[in-house]
Amino acid sequence: MDAILLQILNGLDKGSAYALIALGLTLIFGTLGVVNFAHGALFMIGAFCVVTLQRILNISTVTIDPTKTDFLGNPLKVKTPYIIEWFGEGAGMAIINWSVPLAILFAIPIMLLVGYVMERGLIKHFYKRPHADQILVTFGLAIVLQEIIKAFYGANPIPTPAPEVFRGSFDFGVLIGMAENAVIYPYWRLVYFAFSALVIAGVFAFLQFTTFGMVVRAGMADRETVGLLGINIDKRFTIMFGIAACVAGLAGVMYSPINSPNYHMGMDFLVLSFVVVVVGGMGSLPGAVLAGFTLGILESFASMNQVKGFFEAIYLPSIDQIIIYLVAIVILLVRPRGLMGRAGVMED
Amino acid sequence: MSKQLTRRGVLKSGAVVGAGLAMPTIFTSPAAAYTNEPKGGTVTLGFNVPQSGPYADEGADELRAFKLAVEHLNGGGDGGMMKTFSSKELKGNGILGKKVKYVTGDTQTKSDAARASAKSMIEKDGAVMISGGSSSGVAIAVQGLCQEAGVIFMAGLTHSNDTTGKDKKANGFRHFFNAQMSAAALAPVLEKKYGKDRKAYHLTADYTWGWSQQASIAAATEAKGWKTVNNVLTPLATTDFSSYVAPVLNSGADILVLNHYGGNMINSLTSAVQFGLRGKQVNGKDFEIVVPLYSRLMARGAGKNVKGIFGSTNWHWSLSDAGSKAFVKSFGEKYGFPPSQAAHTCYVQTLLYADACERAKTFNPCGVAEALEGFKFDGLGNGPTEYRKEDHQCFKDVLVVKGKENPTSQFDVLEVVEVTPRAQVEYKPDHTMFKGGSLGKCNPGA
Repeated sequence: MDAILLQILNGLDKGSAYALIALGLTLIFGTLGVVNFAHGALFMIGAFCVVTLQRILNISTVTIDPTKTDFLGNPLKVKTPYIIEWFGEGAGMAIINWSVPLAILFAIPIMLLVGYVMERGLIKHFYKRPHADQILVTFGLAIVLQEIIKAFYGANPIPTPAPEVFRGSFDFGVLIGMAENAVIYPYWRLVYFAFSALVIAGVFAFLQFTTFGMVVRAGMADRETVGLLGINIDKRFTIMFGIAACVAGLAGVMYSPINSPNYHMGMDFLVLSFVVVVVGGMGSLPGAVLAGFTLGILESFASMNQVKGFFEAIYLPSIDQIIIYLVAIVILLVRPRGLMGRAGVMED
Repeated sequence: MSKQLTRRGVLKSGAVVGAGLAMPTIFTSPAAAYTNEPKGGTVTLGFNVPQSGPYADEGADELRAFKLAVEHLNGGGDGGMMKTFSSKELKGNGILGKKVKYVTGDTQTKSDAARASAKSMIEKDGAVMISGGSSSGVAIAVQGLCQEAGVIFMAGLTHSNDTTGKDKKANGFRHFFNAQMSAAALAPVLEKKYGKDRKAYHLTADYTWGWSQQASIAAATEAKGWKTVNNVLTPLATTDFSSYVAPVLNSGADILVLNHYGGNMINSLTSAVQFGLRGKQVNGKDFEIVVPLYSRLMARGAGKNVKGIFGSTNWHWSLSDAGSKAFVKSFGEKYGFPPSQAAHTCYVQTLLYADACERAKTFNPCGVAEALEGFKFDGLGNGPTEYRKEDHQCFKDVLVVKGKENPTSQFDVLEVVEVTPRAQVEYKPDHTMFKGGSLGKCNPGA
């Protein structure tokens, strides 16, 4: 029981990341009709917004400490961040300590800008091209973006720890009357899950309860008719691309303490998120969220020793690596348009 | 009597000529005594390192070391370890009087890409020796290629027992230590620090190095009284280890052994710390984590999470012997930061190759191999060292390290807690972890 609960909890935060990326991916597909394989790169850029902010906050003055030496035996250069000089040790360190949550504010304008440049500069030229062309160009763009990040930040992961208060874990099992150490859960993963739920709810509320959202939904259902009513739907869809980029970027920002940012992290999530979108139903926002969490939890279960052992016994090794694809195959065989997909989407 | 020209005859002759032309030049070249025999005033070395992919930073450091070694061999810079090397054959006039040139390849940390780049350097650029790399899978693949091609392979960072075990080759030589030596050095320190009555849970990267590392450290710790309660193989592509780490605390284990390297190590250790493993008490003891193979570059990526965690390393820039100091000075002054263990082993391998050529008075791989076999040397940062003839593995002292509690800089993440003497880590060539395979015969190629 405790093992099952543990894997459900693990699946929730994995699913949160899948759901957030897939939400943006399907939002872009639903509005612009573009299959954006560069969406994982947006997640990665979001994570590197944290790294960039950390570096900005750590820009330092250099003083020489003659009493100490560096590795070559020269007098040691001591670096003191400007932020500590300006605000004092306590406040300066607190700002650096909270750099991940602060990076949300830093990342929003950057991601909107990146999304705008990406859409206006490249993707809009591919609206009327076949999906295969869109996939090729956006996949190429993803590779270019990750190589740029690697050139600036290197290939190794860069640690971006959560604020001190959210490091470590709590005994969830004890809270619900189970044995000690049965279900341990890190604080930050709980924060990540709550943040994801908030962002997903925010996007749905925005689309459901605002006039802008209503027009976008109408455009998703029948773009031509909305255009005939004199509404500039293209402009709104461009804004939606920016919002989708922002959602992916913020997912990356908040994910950075869970796994240290590295240039390849976007690709790691992209393929799985694409599967999530397909399973959820191309263009279906609730489908993306449902499939994200479902597949995240399934992936967690598949990594349990008992489950792996069972599948190994029936000649299906490494089930934890293929479970998502197996489930995707089954769902698409039984329900080709995905869990919540609409008829006609991607069927031409 | 004149022979009639037939269609069948033309096809047959064409097929024979075509096959001859299609055959790689490394299997032909009858004029040379061995593959890529240097004819002019230069000799070309091939440095095959990960320039892209997840180990690109490690590859960049290897490349810096190779360039430094070439500079020193050609008489540039301050000479580095050439001044402290026990062999005095290297004079700074290249190798055998020929100026050293180099070409580079990108392994991408993929076996097929690494073989392709090595093949290109041998066939197109005329490289007489291939060195570098940051993965055992790649090292084994390239070592096999060099054996077929008839050039020497001086392995870079490869830690799997198999490189000089079941996959050893007569043309291949490894200066870096291996999983068995790590385990032999680490187990006594772990016993001393954490006691005999411990239960270990292993997370293991699912490929040659991971299997090899896990088998060695499990055997060494079990010999000290520990029990292995579980070993879970984790796919190499895993980035989120939470689902593997989460069940550990409830498994009855009080030690987690992370048989992971590179990004895997950073991510699994980060997950383990996030799940609060280090602050817990299990079986009445503090829960501990062990990382058998450390790399400073990787440890830096894990940040504060490495503090107090034990592991092993081939070399560390803080060593105070003359060779290490000379190398750190050369490298540090040229590049502005201390070298990694990957850089050290690549630099040393280049000098050892050059020295062997000088002593053998030839670039012929069979002559070079003979000069390296059983070669005893000192002054290259690891104390007295020997290239064992039977398996082409270097035997030397091994460093047990732990994550530093109070680092003074971004490079100062590990501290040496014990220098384990060679005798303690040495094993017989037919040791069970190394069984199978044979060196075979040296292949000069031509």
